[in-house]
Amino acid sequence: MKDIKIEVKNVYKIFGDSPKKALTLLQKGVDKDEIFRRTSQTVGIQDSSFEIYKGEIFVIMGLSGSGKSTMIRLMNRLIEPTSGHIYIDGEDITAMSRAKLRQTRREKISMVFQSFALMPHMNVIDNVAFGLELGGMSKQERYKKAQDALSQVGLNDYANSYPSELSGGMQQRVGLARALANDPQVLLMDEAFSALDPLIRSEMQDELLKLQAEHERTIVFISHDLDEAMKIGDRIAIMQGGVVVQIGTPDEILKSPANDYVRSFFKGVNVGGIMTARDIASTQQVTIIQKDGNGTLAALQMLHDYDREFGYIVDKRRKFLGVVSVDSLKAKPKRESVDVAFIKDVEPVESSMYLNDIMGIVAKSPCAVPVVNEDGKYLGAISKAALLESLDYNWEEEE
Amino acid sequence: MAANANPWGASPTVETTDSDWLNSDSAKEVEPSFDWLNPFEQTQIPFDRWVENGIDWIVEHFRGVFQAIKIPIDTTLSGMESFFQAIPATIFIVLMALFAWQIAGKKAAFGTFISLALIGFIGAWSEMMVTLSLVFTSVIFCIVIGLPLGIWIARSYRASSVVRPILDAMQTTPAFVYLVPVVMLFGIGNVPGVVVTIIFALPPLIRLTNLGIRQVPKDLIEVSQSFGASAWQMLIRVQLPVAMPTIMAGINQTLMLSLSMVVFASMIAVGGLGQMVLRGIGRLDMGLAAVGGLGIVLLAVVLDRLTQALGTQELGIKARGQKWYEKGPIGLVYTITCKRRKNG
Repeated sequence: MKDIKIEVKNVYKIFGDSPKKALTLLQKGVDKDEIFRRTSQTVGIQDSSFEIYKGEIFVIMGLSGSGKSTMIRLMNRLIEPTSGHIYIDGEDITAMSRAKLRQTRREKISMVFQSFALMPHMNVIDNVAFGLELGGMSKQERYKKAQDALSQVGLNDYANSYPSELSGGMQQRVGLARALANDPQVLLMDEAFSALDPLIRSEMQDELLKLQAEHERTIVFISHDLDEAMKIGDRIAIMQGGVVVQIGTPDEILKSPANDYVRSFFKGVNVGGIMTARDIASTQQVTIIQKDGNGTLAALQMLHDYDREFGYIVDKRRKFLGVVSVDSLKAKPKRESVDVAFIKDVEPVESSMYLNDIMGIVAKSPCAVPVVNEDGKYLGAISKAALLESLDYNWEEEE
Repeated sequence: MAANANPWGASPTVETTDSDWLNSDSAKEVEPSFDWLNPFEQTQIPFDRWVENGIDWIVEHFRGVFQAIKIPIDTTLSGMESFFQAIPATIFIVLMALFAWQIAGKKAAFGTFISLALIGFIGAWSEMMVTLSLVFTSVIFCIVIGLPLGIWIARSYRASSVVRPILDAMQTTPAFVYLVPVVMLFGIGNVPGVVVTIIFALPPLIRLTNLGIRQVPKDLIEVSQSFGASAWQMLIRVQLPVAMPTIMAGINQTLMLSLSMVVFASMIAVGGLGQMVLRGIGRLDMGLAAVGGLGIVLLAVVLDRLTQALGTQELGIKARGQKWYEKGPIGLVYTITCKRRKNG
């Protein structure tokens, strides 16, 4: 069991001047639109509970208005929850005193903003050292730490520039450095890369993954971009109308979306970059276990019985050996072993390869391509038809 | 025909019917018959008398308070005045020109030099110094009062709902209206002049401070909060610096209004350029009035340029990456000494 870093428990957030009234209605099961009509209170977050594990990148995804920005602001209490608790390392952040909250924000949690939000009147190094300055660190010490943070994001030489002199990508690096400067355990990133152009965004994502590899932090990342979520997220939570509808690894959500909303998210996604050979390997093919007395004739008989053209030969431990076809068996009749009948140009693919990478192999192969795991164990095979079908995954018709 | 021949024929009859016309108003009040169709025949709410009684009462009971209010103003003003009068004109002009060069560039320095010299040559120098000390005193008090008040109403909606109508009143009430009570409370002379000037010039600074702080982008506020800033740290490190251009615009406005009011306050015996104009008008001495007027205009232009430059210079320099000590006369000295150091 992994360590829980952040625990969100039955959190509600209602925007408006009399949230308690709306809360009671909500808990009675009245729906959001009805509540807005009756009390003119807007439901932001509705009964959300989940855990974020230590050291993972947890992506919260949803369309605008789904409550994801509210959710991340609840975690450092920029927004007060209407009801419910949020624990960080078992400490209830919603019940902290002002002073304790300030201390927690200075030492434990940092945030990166979509709009960069750099102080226009401070130069880069002062911006990066801002959090440390608030904590009362001496100028020399905080500049040293800020310089370290700047070098982590590759901006050593810009310490004395002003934000207005930097490009968007560089500004967000400064924003990231500012968040890293106090070496936080928790990093909250609110659509941190959404305002950047695709190339820089992808670069920043790599940067983040690199930083995460060096220092394992708990990162909560808000995004509306599925590709981004898939790329960096260890787990993804999908929010809809203030409710967390599904939480899981990218694969889990892709394979079994909780509802149509989640499914519609994945509609345009490039499955080839997410699904691996293992995901679509089918075991419909005939597997023939090689053992003594299982010669070409027996194999031919088996293929005949199942009415298949190809057979996949494995050993007793299901280690993949080769592929035979009706033709290749007929060409070598009455042999003791099937080895001789293996088709030459069929090579197995690794189960962890992405569909994008095996397309060429499958296209050229005369038969379904066998899939093996890292130990060479046979897992199934991928036919051209199966691959095409999976790439043209029409999620609406799945059920 | 007799009536036509004497158009004033009717008037004697009026006088005869009501000989005591001076007291006719009070005579009517004895029998107040309220007519619903013409409700405004008589004054129902004696606001004028209330105010009169109120002022009388305040003057009677709080004279000490108002005398006490005068003390800091008086001290500042006399200090300022003796400073401005003591400084030799040539040195003052050169210093102002250098200051203008530093914050607003060479063009402004040239303008400042010419304007101030011209004021001196037309014979309004010492009057200008009096006006300048009055204006600076007013602006100092406006900043001391206005900045905290502006910050306060930016943070509290309740305070803002109380203060803003008062500001509206301060700005719209004609100066004539409060000139009289101020004279009753503070007497005449330069100090009451500063008081009316403060009343008149304070509102824009409060409003613009309020506006500037409210306009600080929400994400900067969120950043400060998320990094654990206390309310005080947020104010000092984020809100005030970001709002500074707007606040400086407020100070510029306050300065300009002070100047116009200091001139106007010559009516309650405030000295300086305004006094020249007033005297000129009183004696129909167009020359004297014009000298005072030209002095006011030139001074206004110089002060406006300088304060505007103060407001915009910070951001301007930062965008170009040039430090304040790298430009203007200080920059000149700086580069020269740097070269010396390198050579030596």
